[in-house]
Amino acid sequence: MNQMKNFTKGFLKENPILVLVLGTCPTLATTSSALNGLGMGLATTFVLIGSNVFIALLKNVIPDKVRIPAFIIVIATFVTIVDLVMQAYVPSLYATLGIFIPLIVVNCIVLGRAEAYASKNSVWSSFVDGTGMGLGFTGALGVLGAVREVLGSGSIMGYKFIEGDGILVFILAPGAFIALGYLIAVTNRINKA
Amino acid sequence: MEYILLIISAILVNNVVLAQFLGICPFLGVSNKVGTALGMAGAVTFVIVLATMATYLIYTYVLLPLGIGFMQTITFILVIAALVQMVEIILKKISQGLYQALGIFLPLITTNCAVLGVAILVIQKEYNLITGVIYGGATALGFGLALIILAGIREQLELADIPKGMQGVPISLITAGILALAFMGFAGLV
Repeated sequence: MNQMKNFTKGFLKENPILVLVLGTCPTLATTSSALNGLGMGLATTFVLIGSNVFIALLKNVIPDKVRIPAFIIVIATFVTIVDLVMQAYVPSLYATLGIFIPLIVVNCIVLGRAEAYASKNSVWSSFVDGTGMGLGFTGALGVLGAVREVLGSGSIMGYKFIEGDGILVFILAPGAFIALGYLIAVTNRINKA
Repeated sequence: MEYILLIISAILVNNVVLAQFLGICPFLGVSNKVGTALGMAGAVTFVIVLATMATYLIYTYVLLPLGIGFMQTITFILVIAALVQMVEIILKKISQGLYQALGIFLPLITTNCAVLGVAILVIQKEYNLITGVIYGGATALGFGLALIILAGIREQLELADIPKGMQGVPISLITAGILALAFMGFAGLV
């Protein structure tokens, strides 16, 4: 497949959140502001690229029967790296994202790409696939975070543009479900058009 | 009394799905029918209680003495995966009925982030073993409650006339949002 197409498929056509609806837990939990969403997205992107490349490299060594546990160990290794690095260099973001950093391990997108793509394709294609999917994930998180931040606290990227509070429910739990529901409905519409 | 508060808080106030966003994938995936939702809730409760116990013991008696607490994530996910596999094999041998009821849900549970999430939270909150297990069990009941309520609503939704773009996932998410709003009413309880 054409690498460009491979790269951009994660943006809209096969967007992991908005079309495949994978990895919804961190999506809902960490998007109370655009910056948090982007931070989570980039952490996941790193794990996705790392695990995709590594699994593509090791695909001939890993016996078929134990491939899922082997994939999980590779993924968990990268998650631990991200966890420790973020704890050291961006402690405030790490504190906000909290438990959802170690939970990248069970994010279905990462294991899904490893199983569906990296275990069958070359290292370079897997790298491109991981980057594209990761950026699609980050983009969706950023958009959802921005929508919730604008509606919920009347600010964008931390800059406030209205006095007082916004529609508070959007930064709380219910707003996350509702905003994502509408975002997926809009994506359905765009993809079908 | 302390335990009762912990249980109420984990089931209603800090509901694992509707307030903490753990286990959303199965929450959306298997909430079509009340029957399947019940099966999934049962299997998850079983695994969460076992996993909380196993990961707590391993963390306290193996990882901490060796000074490798940073291996937590890798160890826990392996323990959970192995545990799920083991439960599946044992159930198949000793109770065909239960295996038939829970069997198909078991493999899905490894990637249910509520299981790993509870295991990590118990360590983070520095609970002891008993509190941890009670917390795990109550969290699982909260998961089951949310799952079964949503399944009940979705069975009714099938009869409703929903705009085309909203069918499937979007309407389920919005329903879950309204459910979460209702659960926020419990906030003052504990």
